[in-house]
Amino acid sequence: MKTGSTMRRLHEPGPRVSVRFAGKELNLCDGGNLAAELLAAGIIPFRQTPVSGAPRNPYCMMGACFDCLVEIDGSVRQACMIEVRPGMTVSRPAGSRVADND
Amino acid sequence: MTETDLVVVGSGPAGMSAARTAADAGLSVALLDEQKRAGGQIYRDVEMAARIRGDILGTDFKKGLELVEALQHPNIRHISSAIVWYVEEPAKVAFSVDGSASLVTGKRLLLATGALERPMPVPGWTLPGVMTAGAAQILLKRSAMVFENAVLAGCGPLLYLLAAQMCRAGSPPMAMVETQSMVDRFAALRQGPGAVRGWRYLAKGLGLLAELRRAGVKRYTGASSITVDGAERAHALCFTSKGQTHRLECETILLHHGVVPNTQSARSIGVPHQWHARQRAFVPKTDEWGRTQLKEVFIAGDGAGIGGADAAAIAGELSALEIACDLGALAAAQRNEKAKSRRCRLRAELAARPFIDLAYPPYKGALYPSDETIVCRCEEVTAGDIRRFAKLGCLGPNQAKAFGRAGMGPCQGRYCGLTVTELLAAANGRSPAETGYSRIRPPIKPVTLNELGSVSVPTQQDVEG
Repeated sequence: MKTGSTMRRLHEPGPRVSVRFAGKELNLCDGGNLAAELLAAGIIPFRQTPVSGAPRNPYCMMGACFDCLVEIDGSVRQACMIEVRPGMTVSRPAGSRVADND
Repeated sequence: MTETDLVVVGSGPAGMSAARTAADAGLSVALLDEQKRAGGQIYRDVEMAARIRGDILGTDFKKGLELVEALQHPNIRHISSAIVWYVEEPAKVAFSVDGSASLVTGKRLLLATGALERPMPVPGWTLPGVMTAGAAQILLKRSAMVFENAVLAGCGPLLYLLAAQMCRAGSPPMAMVETQSMVDRFAALRQGPGAVRGWRYLAKGLGLLAELRRAGVKRYTGASSITVDGAERAHALCFTSKGQTHRLECETILLHHGVVPNTQSARSIGVPHQWHARQRAFVPKTDEWGRTQLKEVFIAGDGAGIGGADAAAIAGELSALEIACDLGALAAAQRNEKAKSRRCRLRAELAARPFIDLAYPPYKGALYPSDETIVCRCEEVTAGDIRRFAKLGCLGPNQAKAFGRAGMGPCQGRYCGLTVTELLAAANGRSPAETGYSRIRPPIKPVTLNELGSVSVPTQQDVEG
């Protein structure tokens, strides 16, 4: 089974649910690992770095590198440590390390 | 707050076996783990994955089933999905489950936090599409996903294991770009007797290589000058092998050149560490039971020095026996009797280690990256920056934070700490031991003010920071 990305699923893991990522409607596997599901959906990038705006995607998938950071319901979380729930609203984390002066 | 005899952090092979051994001796155990299901990264989701894709993941993976099943014991409280963000000596651990914080305390603490992949900074390693080999394995175990046309780069047994698993899953890697050379092989062969004692590991390695040959996976060896090409994502891996430059067009690049102890929790409570020259990493100072110099704190498994899953499970049992003895649940004679055969097995497990370490040394180009290479992924500090800091008088990683924030991002140095140490050591003509490592401070995982506020026990360390 092909996905939009360079990943292949070995088998269909069960029912899909609707999740919003950066305003886009995605159908992800209910209870799946959020980082894995976003990767399989072909999402690039997950976020841009606050330092230079460089694109980043998951690197370690085990909660150590923090490159898969996303914003879920207002708090910034590691996507690889989260399970997909129906109706989740996920966005690219906003915010720069430079404070606004106005 | 719940008081228990033993608090174990991490439910990989060391943590699981320690929990069961301690429980069998009559101790009450709280076993904390970040994941929803026990197993650690090596046996990630083993209960589900072994059943459905055991043939892909291999017989070694299925060994984890027994360890997970052994957690069904009335004395063991397995607290899953627990993000540990604060540890205090002797055994006070603060953690959050689904955004709500709790505290568990005990008489003894066992840290079984396992390993991290050794950072492999090469130009372009921060681009989307570049991941660790371990990440690809986690995707296979947890999510039944496999990358197609991936290039695997680096060295070590895990790289071959992953490649073989990908072949079995029907998506063999496009190529293996291996950094070890014939010179390394000869150096390793001088470890002859040790290698022979660890023959099972070597036979396993040969079996994996045969699988790759059968699948027609292209292998390049002695690779150097590895760079990832791309702007918004990885497009190609470029390298030199046997005097020829190559460019492999690919969208997925999986890096690996060994694993190193995950020492964040241990360092956050000031457990003394030392430089392990052969493993090229810092390891906590422990005795033969895994007891650290903080007498009530133990470390077992890869977190105490890399030995692999089987060695970790035995080390966990040894620590648990000593802890049971400490707390009066086991007489010293009984402890020694039970430890005897385990020590024998542990020695056998570790016999092949020196051979493996020498045959697959870390890739030099990533130990001492080129100036333009980002070493601190979070703060985007380059190797050239670190060398410049050294010229300005920066002697150690703690100073490097002040010079340019290396190690101060959300990963807290997990993927740059060792590189910063090696770069500063080389630039200053000092040893890694003299150069030292970053001071790790809590919280060791991000925690919201809400969570922090819900745990209302003030501690001395909070004040001292």
